[in-house]
Amino acid sequence: MGELKLMKGNEAIAEAIIRAGADGYFGYPITPQSEVLEYLMAAKPWETTGMVVLQAESEVASINMLYGGGGTGKKVVTSSSSPGISLMQEGLSYIAGAEIPILIINVVRGGPGLGDIQPSQSDYFQATKGGGHGDYRLIVLAPSSVQEMADFVPVAYELAFKYRNPAMILSDGAIGQMMEKVEFFEPMPRLSDEEIKARYPWATNGKPMNGERRILTSLDLDPQKLEDHNIHLQEKYRQIEETEVRFETLQCDDAEYVIVAYGTSARVSLKAVKLLREKGVKVGLLRPITLWPFPTKKIQKLVDQGVKGFLSVEMSAGQMVEDVRLAVNGKVKVEHYGRFGGMIHSPEEVVEALEQKIIGG
Amino acid sequence: MSETALKDIIKPENLVYQKTRLMTDKPLSYCPGCGHGTTHRLIMEVIEEMGKEHETIGVAPVGCSVLAYEFMDVDMQEAAHGRAPALATAIKRLWPDHIVFTYQGDGDLAAIGTAETIHACNRGEKFVIIFINNGIYGMTGGQMAPTTLEGMKTSTSPYGRDPNIMGHPLKITELVAQLPGTYYVTRQSVHTPSAVRKAKRAIKKAFENQLNNAPGLSFVEVVSNCNSGWKMTPVDANNWMEENMFPFYPIGDIKVDGQLVK
Ligand SMILES: Cc1ncc(C[n+]2csc(CCOP(=O)(O)OP(=O)(O)O)c2C)c(N)n1
Ligand code: SF4
Ligand SMILES: [Mg+2]
Repeated sequence: MGELKLMKGNEAIAEAIIRAGADGYFGYPITPQSEVLEYLMAAKPWETTGMVVLQAESEVASINMLYGGGGTGKKVVTSSSSPGISLMQEGLSYIAGAEIPILIINVVRGGPGLGDIQPSQSDYFQATKGGGHGDYRLIVLAPSSVQEMADFVPVAYELAFKYRNPAMILSDGAIGQMMEKVEFFEPMPRLSDEEIKARYPWATNGKPMNGERRILTSLDLDPQKLEDHNIHLQEKYRQIEETEVRFETLQCDDAEYVIVAYGTSARVSLKAVKLLREKGVKVGLLRPITLWPFPTKKIQKLVDQGVKGFLSVEMSAGQMVEDVRLAVNGKVKVEHYGRFGGMIHSPEEVVEALEQKIIGG
Repeated sequence: MSETALKDIIKPENLVYQKTRLMTDKPLSYCPGCGHGTTHRLIMEVIEEMGKEHETIGVAPVGCSVLAYEFMDVDMQEAAHGRAPALATAIKRLWPDHIVFTYQGDGDLAAIGTAETIHACNRGEKFVIIFINNGIYGMTGGQMAPTTLEGMKTSTSPYGRDPNIMGHPLKITELVAQLPGTYYVTRQSVHTPSAVRKAKRAIKKAFENQLNNAPGLSFVEVVSNCNSGWKMTPVDANNWMEENMFPFYPIGDIKVDGQLVK
């Protein structure tokens, strides 16, 4: 492993983008993630790795630049925060339909509307349920530290290219803005044009000398063919659900109650688990790392193992709790707790919520 | 005519016309007399003549030419409505030695995609935009376009376009010519053999600019009929176009080698 640095989450992700061998970043400024573009512009990677960095005229343009660039087999990325991600939903739907591997980073802030610029987790729905029109999914990774902001960049790229699917790193304003120590992976070289052509025969980067031209489109006017395409997409999504679920558990082995939380909420919940254990409450923490695919089977196992109740702790009015409920399927109690609109709950508030809503309720 | 006579005629030296090699065998989905098909052919001829078919990436729009990728035998991407210049921006920046073009209608380029068009032009992106201006939304059945002439009847301006209510027709081509990022801006048509020849020269110049790494974007508008949308026969539509469209959208170069000429 490489050097240890003290960095903001947003800067760590920018540095990781360069190190992951990305070919192009296209983005539009928005708080609380503007440091990503600022860091890249200051780092001038076009002089070192050859990576392109461009400030687009809008998030609509950025996501469509990702369609174009990703469609040629290059590693492209954009970053934004909630209102900007909403603008990208059209493009994401087309990208999912045309099966183009790209990376989007969402440093979530409070909503709805312009909301505020404080950390939030209220974009869970638009990240994990598709977001735009049509039946599609993004692969969603949720970092809960600056270290993971960096580490998840190459992981997300690997998944995106493995499945020809858009991947999102769903962070929040707290992790984007906070400074922590981060140990970087060794830089990975960018692929050459020849390597890209050899690896990704679907990519539109010039008709092969002895082959057919390639077309990237999400359109098929024949409903039977479009249904077939959708069936193919759904099969791909099932395969991702089978093989790519990532999560972390803490003290779940003997747990009677489990808190489910990701990102900043997971950090707060970690402390809550400690406080509850000190009180003698057998509680554990399940931290989904992939929000889609969701650790449904792990939750089912915990139910089988005898867990009596789940508390979904999120900085939202209750979004992930729906997936926890689907997994639990009515067998035991599931409740939500969380502050929202840019507020962050304290560990003590989480302790109280578990005691009142799950144990006492 | 007897068998032998035909064989005598079909010889390479007698060849006066053939299907453009870079057009696929798929029958065009356009209405007879529509300018889309002719313009497709001109682009493919130019790419073939430049010997760049293996290094070209085209971007199709949403509009009647949404299926352009079915007819053009080069690598193609199909964009969302209006977003083609954003796709092309990234493609060209990531593959600077390749030939990149967008093909867009007036609704696509001058209404929903105005921001992408203006900013790609203003950044001086080094690709080619081919812009089919037929003053109407052909694909969706003949609604008013940003380029619909004053007084022109469409399904959403059934009494004629009233600028007081519906705004004015947009001369987007003159507008992008004002931007420092455009290098070549021209307006052509493809409704007569001589117009087709001139349009081909303009399209060739646009692509050669890109090949020569000229400092800016080349923009070719083709004023074209939409006989179905205008509810006219192809011949009447071309006559109407000459009488009504050309005075407002005059044919000719607007900017050459980075200099305004009009
Ligand atoms: C986001 C979105 N809005 C609306 C449409 C519907 N639509 C399809 S084509 C079109 C207009 C196309 O007109 P133009 O660009 O002038 O092309 P033409 O068909 O005239 O060549 C519209 C409004 C769409 N496909 N996507
Ligand atoms: S509807 Fe108009 S633009 Fe579309 S193919 Fe027919 S004539 Fe051409
Ligand atoms: Mg039109």
